[in-house]
Formats: sequence, C-alpha cells, structure tokens
Amino acid sequence: MRLSEATREEIRRLAARYPVARSALIPALLRAQEELGWLPPEAQREVAELLDLPVEAVAEVASFYSLLFTEPVGERVIQLCTNVSCLLNGAEVIRRHLEERLGIRPGQTTPDGRYTLRIAECLAACDQAPCMIVGTERYGPLTPELVDRILFGDGERR
Amino acid sequence: MTERVLLRHVGVPGQEDIETYLRHGGYEALRRALRELSPEDVVEMVDRSQLRGRGGAGFPTGRKWKFVPKDAPVKYLVVNGDEGEPGTFKDRTLLEGDPHLLLEGMILTCYAMGIRKAFIYLRREFYQAYRKLERAIAQAYEHGFLGERILGTDFSCDIVLHPGAGAYIAGEETALLESLEGKRAMPRLKPPYFPAVMGLYNQPTVLNNVETMCCIPWIVKHGPEWWLAQGPPQLYSVSGHVNRPGVIEAPLGTTARELIERAGGVRGGRRVKAFYPGGTSSRPLRAEHLDVPLNHESLAKLGSMLGSGAVIIMDETTDMVQVIARVCEFYREESCGKCTPCREGTRWVTQILDRILHGRGRMEDLDLLESIARNMTGTCFCPLGESVPPSLRAGLEDFRDEFVAYIRGARTPVEMPVRIREGILAPGG
Ligand code: SF4
Repeated sequence: MRLSEATREEIRRLAARYPVARSALIPALLRAQEELGWLPPEAQREVAELLDLPVEAVAEVASFYSLLFTEPVGERVIQLCTNVSCLLNGAEVIRRHLEERLGIRPGQTTPDGRYTLRIAECLAACDQAPCMIVGTERYGPLTPELVDRILFGDGERR
Repeated sequence: MTERVLLRHVGVPGQEDIETYLRHGGYEALRRALRELSPEDVVEMVDRSQLRGRGGAGFPTGRKWKFVPKDAPVKYLVVNGDEGEPGTFKDRTLLEGDPHLLLEGMILTCYAMGIRKAFIYLRREFYQAYRKLERAIAQAYEHGFLGERILGTDFSCDIVLHPGAGAYIAGEETALLESLEGKRAMPRLKPPYFPAVMGLYNQPTVLNNVETMCCIPWIVKHGPEWWLAQGPPQLYSVSGHVNRPGVIEAPLGTTARELIERAGGVRGGRRVKAFYPGGTSSRPLRAEHLDVPLNHESLAKLGSMLGSGAVIIMDETTDMVQVIARVCEFYREESCGKCTPCREGTRWVTQILDRILHGRGRMEDLDLLESIARNMTGTCFCPLGESVPPSLRAGLEDFRDEFVAYIRGARTPVEMPVRIREGILAPGG
C-alpha cells in the first residue's frame, strides 16, 4: 500500500507548519491512516522518509497512541466510553448490546470488515453519558434502541 | 445566581462563526489591546486579575507568565486541549460552543508575551471541536486577526492546530510537549527546567489550558477589577446521577448540593451516596459533605481537591467497588509505563479489585490495597500515578463494608441502568 501523491504532498505541507518537522509526525500518521484505514509498516516507512526520521521513531510513536492503528480496523471504528459517568449511566448495558448486535468483543472487527469495537477511556462527554464515537461522530446519551438506529437504521449519519 | 461570563455565548446558535462572535463583541478586547495597551499592560492586567490556571493545578497565570524570560528571541504558546480526566468536559464545551473566544485569548496572550507562534494541542477525540477550530482559525486569518501585521500593527502571530492521537497522559504538560515534538507522550523531569524556561524545542513556553485562555479576553475587555468583582467565574462539569448533566458556571465555593439542584436534582429523586468533587483523581466524598464549599482549601482539609472542577454525583444505588475499580482501571490503561510504582501499582491494584468483584477476594486484600496505596503516594513520577490512592483510600475507609460484602460473597456486581432521557440524539462529535 502506497500513499497517494496528494497525501504525500499534504504531509510535506504539514511538516512546513512546524519549526521542527518531526512535530508533524502525529498529524502525518493520522493523514496516512485516513487514506489507508490503518498504518501498515510500509506506510510508516513512507512517513519516516517524508519527515526524514528513522523508521523506529515512527514505529515507537505509532504503537504508543491508542488512535493510531498498527493493525487493520473496520470501516467504522466504534469507541464506546465505559468510564465512571458512563458506567453510572449504563455503559455496560450498551457494551453488551453492541457485542450482541455485532457478534464481536471489544478489540475485534466484524467478519464483514464493517465495524471495529473498542472501549474508550473518558471521551470528555460525560454530559452525554453513556456515549460513543462512531468514526468521527459522537452520540449520546445512548440507549440500545438508539445504538441500533445509529448503526443500522435511519439514525445513521453519512 | 450570578451572570454567566465564560459560558455567556455557549449555546448561542452560530457562535462558532466569526460574524456571530463579532456581533457579541468578539475581538474587541484584541482591538483595544493593540490600540491602547502595551504588552506589559496586558500581563499586568492578567496578574492583577489573580486568574489561576484552570487545568487543575490552579497556579496563578500572571506569575507563570512572568517566569518566561523577557528577552528570549523565540518563545511559544501551547494550549492544552487534551482534557480527559473522567468527569471533565468543560473545555470541550467551550471549544465547541465558543471557539473564537479561545483564539482571541491566545492572540492576546501572544501579544502580551511577544510570541510569534502558538499551538493548540487538541485531543483526537474532539473531532467536532477540531472542525470548528479549523474553520475559526481560517476566519481569523481572513479578518486580519491572525497572520502578518495584525490589524495593521507590527504584531504578527500564527496559530497551528495540532491533533493528539489518544493518550490521556499527553494532558500532563511536559508529556504534552514531548507529544507535540513528535514523540511518545512521556513526562519530563521537572525541575530542573519548567516549560516557562525550557519548553517546546527547549525554548521558553507559555503553557495554559483552554479555560484559562478563554478568561483572557474578558479580563482585557473589562479590566481586572471587574473580573475580581465577578467572583471570579468557575466552571464545574456536573455529571453522573443528575437529571441535567452539564457545565455549570458558579462561584468558587459553591456546594455540591447547590450544583445538584442546578443540574435538575438527583435522578429519580434518590438520595446521594457519594461524589467526586474534582474528577477521579480527587478523593470521593460521602453525602455528609454535600454542603462543603467546593474550593481548594475546604477540599484539601478533607483530603480531596477541586482539580478541574469535575463533580460526579453517585446516588444511593451506586456500587462503590465497581466505581473505584473502574477508576483504577482507567489509570492502568493510561499509565505511560515510565515509572515502576505507577506501571506496576495500577496493574496490581486492578488485579486485586477484579478478584474482589468476582467473589474471589480475601480479607487480606484490603490490607494489601492499603499498602499499595501508601507505596504509590509520593513515589510516582507524575500526577497520573498519584491519582490512584485517593479513590482507594476512600474505598477502604469510607465504603469498607461494601468491599467486605463482596469478599464475604454477599454481593455480586449489578449492571447499572441506562439513563432514559428525552430527545436523545446528541449533535455529532
Ligand atoms: S506516574 Fe504513571 S504516567 Fe506518570 S510517568 Fe510514571 S508511569 Fe508514566
């Protein structure tokens, strides 16, 4: 998997925003991930070349942050918060519902490659507890019915 | 009830648009500063306002600014938008509700401190805030509030919006700098060097949180005396078992009881059992403390703290063992792994709590938990590890009977019910 010229150009542009190009590493990895869905080793190598960094420096960062995916993920990543305010408002009910409807456990991807379910730490949206982010959209407070609408019904956005 | 200051325009439709912001008096403070005030004047105003950092540590902002060497050729401003302490959502509310307020605060700070380049480190999960800020920054450039020769003066300044990638520890200020430099977010040793002296790229760096920055335009616009007369405003994120969770602006020292009332009361009219007064790194308190003024001094007396003002309300049905176990699990998940007491302590504690929750606990476990809490206190490299003992202590001292009930097999975890509320689909994230 190679990055498109547009993405490569974008990464060069990102690097120019910082006094030190290495600062663009996370934004660059996010950009690459947007294109490929995750960060296969070749993509990490390409980013390393573009930013003139050792590939180890890139791998070290890619493996540290929870939203940089070094393994393939589904088309839509679900981040379900189960932290205190969400826990108090039924996050475990939502977790079980998601597990049942998707037939997977947290950390897994559905066999059709549509969804990856992940447990998120606090999403700083405790006013919407229990809440989740699907792709880049946040939803809450969730009920099992609402989860169904968001994932499978007319509640779906985009 | 005092008038809203920080939240005045949050919730106003279109407030993220520069036209709306301008209609509400936006960028007037910046115009005024550039026309009438010297950079030193602005620093003095902030100092006299007695503004304290709103990221949790509560350090006086003006003093912090004065640590920055005046004559340094290169300095940076970094805004910490990495809010993620469980229970806290005030910065997100400000970012989504009034993004230009943050920008104006940042530009004023850059003017005051002679800074040419500023960064917003925004946690990745704030997708909506990111989109809004991206647009707000572009608008600010179009209107001449950012870029070269701002409003025709000699002052120039750029803001770079920088996404994080999911790491709670990046909120610790030196870890945030590491992350912004393109490395793993691991805290730096300080002292010897504080960010004010040696921060981003080893240059002097002003590091402030979102709420702190949002106070600056108000202080410059109306003056420090006005600001002091306001109270000054304090934001509380109120969540948990209340009917209308949300950010509440109330004077420092408001009690949890008053906040609960303003948040629509306790779910189902139940009684309160306990509450976290300052996020999960503070010691949770019992219902008997509902009338304690939530300020730094009173909470310190109870062995707790105000932190970032995250009040989590738990009603009488709450299982404290589950809550405390979840809190410890959070710190285990987010430990950066740099130092042993935190890396190993969080792991050990969660293993024990898990055992207790699943009916395999032993009475000795309680002593073990106590000794781990003791050994983690004052020995961790950064505040993250120090966030574990307060919950554990409260559990062992104030809610011991619940732990004992689990160990005796008299109790099993119950699933807490989903909150049912009207009009549920929240605007996108
Ligand atoms: S206390 Fe925890 S998060 Fe902080 S440096 Fe040590 S291991 Fe890392």
